[in-house]
Amino acid sequence: MSNARFATIALLAGVLLIVGAQWIQNDYFFNAAYTVLMYVILSTAWNILGGYTGYVNFGTAGFFALGVYSSIVLWKAFHPPLAVMIVVGTLVAALAGVGLGYLTMRLRGHFFAIATLALAIMLFTFVTNWDYAGGARGAYVIVPREVPFGFARYIRYLFSVMVLLSVASIVVARVVERSRLGRGLAAIRDDELAAECAGVPTLKLKLISTALSGGMMGLAGTTFPFFISFVEPVGAFDLRYAVNAIAMPVIGGMTTWLGPLIGAVLLGTVQQLVQVTISSAWNLLIVGLLLVGFVTMAPEGIMGWVFAWRRRRARRS
Amino acid sequence: MNDLLHVQGLTKRFGGFVALDRVDLQVAPGERLGLIGPNGSGKSTLVNCVSGLLRTEEGQVSFDGHDISSLPAHQRIQRGIARSFQIPKPFASVSVLDNLCVPLLYATGHREGSHRPSEAQVRSQAIAILDSVGLAQRADEMSSGLTQVDMRKLELARAIAARPLLLIADEAMAGLSSSEVDEILQLLLQMKARGIAVIMIEHIMRAVMQFSERVVVLVAGHKVADGNPHEVIANPDVQKAYLGE
Ligand SMILES: Nc1ncnc2c1ncn2[C@@H]1O[C@H](COP(=O)(O)OP(=O)(O)OP(=O)(O)O)[C@@H](O)[C@H]1O
Ligand SMILES: [Mg+2]
Repeated sequence: MSNARFATIALLAGVLLIVGAQWIQNDYFFNAAYTVLMYVILSTAWNILGGYTGYVNFGTAGFFALGVYSSIVLWKAFHPPLAVMIVVGTLVAALAGVGLGYLTMRLRGHFFAIATLALAIMLFTFVTNWDYAGGARGAYVIVPREVPFGFARYIRYLFSVMVLLSVASIVVARVVERSRLGRGLAAIRDDELAAECAGVPTLKLKLISTALSGGMMGLAGTTFPFFISFVEPVGAFDLRYAVNAIAMPVIGGMTTWLGPLIGAVLLGTVQQLVQVTISSAWNLLIVGLLLVGFVTMAPEGIMGWVFAWRRRRARRS
Repeated sequence: MNDLLHVQGLTKRFGGFVALDRVDLQVAPGERLGLIGPNGSGKSTLVNCVSGLLRTEEGQVSFDGHDISSLPAHQRIQRGIARSFQIPKPFASVSVLDNLCVPLLYATGHREGSHRPSEAQVRSQAIAILDSVGLAQRADEMSSGLTQVDMRKLELARAIAARPLLLIADEAMAGLSSSEVDEILQLLLQMKARGIAVIMIEHIMRAVMQFSERVVVLVAGHKVADGNPHEVIANPDVQKAYLGE
């Protein structure tokens, strides 16, 4: 399927989801769905660097928080339209991605992963001490009373925006995956020296990858202040984002765009269910158990099963 | 001077250890050069310096009339210096065919202007190259599952896919059976027809003598001999240092 065709179908599916969901009466659905979609974007973003390029990023929360806090600051200063905050937050996080790339790209494996963690901690410290953005106390964001485009409630509007952002992220991931860029990233993941010796400008491609991945993580955070209306640093930098952004692609499968989507929808939904039926404290435990299970028994994730099944079928025919 | 590769006074140190000491090396277009030397004499280090994976402290590497000493590895292969690795480094998560697509997409553009080949063109070029090294049957298999000799062939095929002017084969025959050595030797001998100069690094003397138009001997980072294969082998210095007699 061509990229244009895929994008059209994905957009149509998104619009159908938005329109169809408006018949749902329970507003809780929109809260839960917003969170699941946020994870769709985060895990799709993580997978561009982690899955396609082979660089494990533990600093998801840092990039996410950059999106969150750039929206908070912009909102306090100018009250701009949501679209402006989405674009700016994404760019800020993408820039941080390039910065991370420049600082750490000579590091490999564990050292890169540790550096990403350090970046998140540095950002956390910075935000905690930044009074204008609320500092350690946190920041209130008054959600606009006027709901755009005639949606019944603001959360329905946010949900719809999140659907579109998810569609955009997935389309970007798929385009990257099948492009010349994607082949270069896969070569870096498999063997960076061999990639360089096959003509791949590895440094440049890694910077593109960190920028895309970081930018999309920021994107997932730009609407967050309006979703929870009170943001404190501990919440914006929550460990859950980093853990889920890794667990979801691992569970779904890291080599294609579909893996993070499946992982995020499955794990995200399970977490939402656990949260209402048992308690949110169990969420991380469940993620941990699933992660260990998949890493040891199905390292290629759910998509790995699909590929194995397809291979078997191809051999039989 | 119309050398294809011209290495002058190349020195490489690892900490205090001098791995290469003022090495000079010339290769003419289409030439078949054998590079030999005991284990640890600096052969692979020389390959790494010429292909751009290692930066050198002193000396100059020129290729096709241009000083390329400061170019990163990916630009050197784009200019036509391809290499294979002593320990094969396949792109293990993709198919054999997709392994070749990487250099076809990334290494050949520089010399052919801005025109970028289509996906279908890349595929058919890759299949043609696999066919020429006898790997066409394996095109859709994962590269991680290949046998030792097929892995070596893939390593060479990936280098050829960059359409190089110079191919450096670093022990492409190590660990192979006698008949497999002949297969690889035939492949390397065919490079001349493609207009590709070859530096063959090898411990198997039979292959070196059969292949080389000229032989260079490296001992402990020094070039100790350079010339006609039979004369070089008869050289008492080489006998003493290399063959340990
Ligand atoms: N990255 C490195 N850091 C430190 N020392 C190195 C490094 N690479 C190579 N050396 C040393 O440099 C010397 C030359 O190594 P090199 O691999 O070039 O030898 P070689 O001639 O290719 O040997 P072989 O025939 O065993 O492949 C060796 O003593 C090796 O230990
Ligand atoms: Mg060697």
